[in-house]
Amino acid sequence: MRGFGAGFALLCAGCSGWQSAIDPAGPESRNLQHLLWLFFGVSAAVWVLVMLVLAVALMRRAAPSTAPLRPGSRGERGSAIAVSAAVAATAIVLVGLTVGSYRATSALGARGDEPLMVRLRGYQWWWEVTYLDPLPERVFVTANELHIPVGRAVTVDLVAADVIHSFWLPNLAGKQDLVPGRDNRISFTADRPGIYRGQCAEFCGLQHAHMSFFVIAEPPADFERWRSTQLQPAVAPMDTEQEAGQQLVTGKACAACHAVRGTGAVGTLAPDLTHVASRTYLAAGLLPMTRGSLAAWVADPQTIKPGNNMPAVPLSSDKLRSISAYLASLK
Amino acid sequence: MSETRPEIEAIEVIDRDLSPEALEQRLAQTWATPRTLYGWLATADHKIIGRRYIVTAFVFLILGGVLALAMRAQLAGPENRLVSADLYNQLFTMHGSNMMFLFAVPVMEAVAVYLVPLMVGTRNIAFPRLNAFSYWIYLAGGLLLWAAFLLQMGPDVGWFAYVPLSGPQYGAGKRSDIWAQMITFTELSALAVAVEIVVTVFKQRAPGMTLARIPLFVWSMLVTSFLIILAMPAIVMASTSLILDRLVGTHFFNPAEGGDVLLYQHLFWFFGHPEVYIIFLPAVGMVSTIVPTFARRPVFGYLALVLALIATGILAFTLWVHHMFVTGLPRVGESFFTASSMAIAVPSGIQIFCWLATMWHGRPVLATPMLFVLAFFATFVLGGLTGVMVASVPLDTQVHDTYFVVAHFHYVLIGGAVFPLMGAIYYWYPKFTGRMMSERLGRWVAGLVFVGFNLAFFPMHLLGLAGMPRRVYTYQPEMGWGGANLFVSLSSVILAAGFLLFFIDALRSARYGARAADNPWDAGTLEWATASPPPSYNFGHIPVVTSANPLWEERGPLPVATGLRAGRRELLVTTVAEAQPEARETSPRNSIWPLMTALTTTVMLIWSIFSPWAVVWGSIPIGISLIGWFWPKGTPEDEA
Repeated sequence: MRGFGAGFALLCAGCSGWQSAIDPAGPESRNLQHLLWLFFGVSAAVWVLVMLVLAVALMRRAAPSTAPLRPGSRGERGSAIAVSAAVAATAIVLVGLTVGSYRATSALGARGDEPLMVRLRGYQWWWEVTYLDPLPERVFVTANELHIPVGRAVTVDLVAADVIHSFWLPNLAGKQDLVPGRDNRISFTADRPGIYRGQCAEFCGLQHAHMSFFVIAEPPADFERWRSTQLQPAVAPMDTEQEAGQQLVTGKACAACHAVRGTGAVGTLAPDLTHVASRTYLAAGLLPMTRGSLAAWVADPQTIKPGNNMPAVPLSSDKLRSISAYLASLK
Repeated sequence: MSETRPEIEAIEVIDRDLSPEALEQRLAQTWATPRTLYGWLATADHKIIGRRYIVTAFVFLILGGVLALAMRAQLAGPENRLVSADLYNQLFTMHGSNMMFLFAVPVMEAVAVYLVPLMVGTRNIAFPRLNAFSYWIYLAGGLLLWAAFLLQMGPDVGWFAYVPLSGPQYGAGKRSDIWAQMITFTELSALAVAVEIVVTVFKQRAPGMTLARIPLFVWSMLVTSFLIILAMPAIVMASTSLILDRLVGTHFFNPAEGGDVLLYQHLFWFFGHPEVYIIFLPAVGMVSTIVPTFARRPVFGYLALVLALIATGILAFTLWVHHMFVTGLPRVGESFFTASSMAIAVPSGIQIFCWLATMWHGRPVLATPMLFVLAFFATFVLGGLTGVMVASVPLDTQVHDTYFVVAHFHYVLIGGAVFPLMGAIYYWYPKFTGRMMSERLGRWVAGLVFVGFNLAFFPMHLLGLAGMPRRVYTYQPEMGWGGANLFVSLSSVILAAGFLLFFIDALRSARYGARAADNPWDAGTLEWATASPPPSYNFGHIPVVTSANPLWEERGPLPVATGLRAGRRELLVTTVAEAQPEARETSPRNSIWPLMTALTTTVMLIWSIFSPWAVVWGSIPIGISLIGWFWPKGTPEDEA
């Protein structure tokens, strides 16, 4: 009636997607979706009802009066009862919705046995991901991408490194803030494999729009294979170009902030590059991972993501080529 | 004092001793503002100041609307490079701060500054010089914010300026200081007006206007004023400690030194949520005024409506935590705030049902103000229902900080407050200016604004559910949000066209509008008992009130109270509950000192952005201007 249909039609592309609250892929988000439909149904009914009464009230009297009417005319007692009943009904509906809301909350708090433990640290404007394990040698660090086994609960500890960020993964969970000086956590389970996108939801400065991450839910065997790869140090260079690239990465400014395990680069201020080429995206969801993207990013990070903390380091084209060759080999 | 001096006799003359013409002349002489530059700067007339306030607030609405259009242009397509990240962050910070602090709250107070004294039947607002001061300080705060923006120093940390992003470590330059100090300006002006309204309503009502006969708009402003008085100290605390953290190295919000980041959010939202009702309750009062006038009968459930206003005002302080549901607070505590946030829907429901019953039993006339009320119904009810959704902790974990919330709060703020405000402007314009706005254009305005608004904002609900966070300067094509965003951006042009037509109508009607009668809508409340526009002294004689709708009860002239001196600015002080006459009180004359005080305060506040010593040295000129303000003038009652 008011063109809402057009709006709905235009949106269909976005509703079932890799970053959507209404395309759940796990019990937690499905629970939220059911609650959403409950609220939506009740709200739609209330809205239609109020509009109907309004329309009838306007159409009841055809002849407008000139002189103001006096109250106490016939039927007002009936209206007093109707208004009271409507208020009572409002209260009852609200109590019902509140109870529904409580039940959904307590379901969210439930956690599976032996969840996979991950620590996420939010930086301006990327995510450091640490897979935790009681055995120190099974702990490793990556960035902007989580792999999780389908069917197993995941608990993510949320820590802020600088300002407030917010972890939002709509297909699998709601959101939870990363607050400096505070330890938060969020739990979720994926029950079907897929690539799910999440994004920082709390405004965190210049590049808040480009602070995404990916969650890759895969069968447990695939997950274990991925984990054992991630636990390895970086692969050794395979040709002279890659070797030159390694020299540059470990010897130049890169190593001050980035780490490549197994080499002299041990910086901790920026994403770990040990297996950078194994990730699907570069720069927190900004560029698909290719050698070309890596070269472009190293050559001019400030044009691609203005204001981010990676400086443009002047490099000759030869050096840039060897660096990108080396980085692209870090599977 | 000699009693034979003729000018004293003239001052002492009592209103009943003069013929009606002589009385009007004498009162005009006493109350008029000279048409000179000095008169313009020094006036203490609530109508001149109120009009000025309304016009200024609408200018800020236009500026804020331009910012919104710039944002929509940037978001119309994915990876648009029209606006840089830095400028975009300033745009939405400016838009939010401007609309909340420089438009929405001030415009409601502005309408009240103009109307409340007329609606309660008095000659001027209480503390008229404070009123003048509040306008100047509001104007200075607005100019500070906009000057900073034009100098590329606009705040860029969002309208709630969360720490640590706005703190000393991450908020570079003076941008956050300017934001925080702009808040101080608007705090001062809002508190000043709130105090004036409370005193005017409690002590200056026309004789016989008992608590049960106060017009509902006045009730709503009374409750709003108490909300301002109780909520503003929290934002004073928040913005002041933010400035202290930035300027002198305190650590209120630095967790490394024992401060707490969430403390800021608690303080901000303890103010920020009542703020929403500070904007919404006056709008409710406007609806409660327009509906009975055009339904042609007294409002249904007056007592229920008053109690709903008060209940909303109290509940407004119990639900600030619903802005912080995802910060990691304990779940039990959050559940309490879910319940209280839902509970506030009950008083809102009561009001909706009472208005429906008023229309049901009335004979509604669909004049332009009423069309805005209908637009209000459709949008506000929808916004209220999405409000119930965001009140639920689990649902909020999905929709918080997304475009769903952007849609929700625009539904309640534009649908719930701006639509009634536009209706109120059409309704009271004849009283403000003596001329009618155009019915024909008014219908177009209502239609365009309503359709444009819904087309622009409804799809945002879906964008939020489809994963779009708020405050992003761009998004990638693979997100699939491009089509809906383009649709929203195009629809925003329809909305803007509606507003443009509204301003054209308002400007055109000021000169060419049809002459308005004293009571063109045949309404029932006191502001329509005087001329359109009202004379400087408001009423020749103070009316005596015998019912809630005096002009409907007495179809002829109202009974009046006499005994005020016509040669002095005197008004009648009455008792709080029953409005029995108590005393004659002198109302201050025009003075340039409120402007001087506003100027010296402005210098001190802006200087304090750069040096803490400004507070010390800057206080001296403020002190001097206050001495000027309060200097005894030797009027007889001062000597008595």
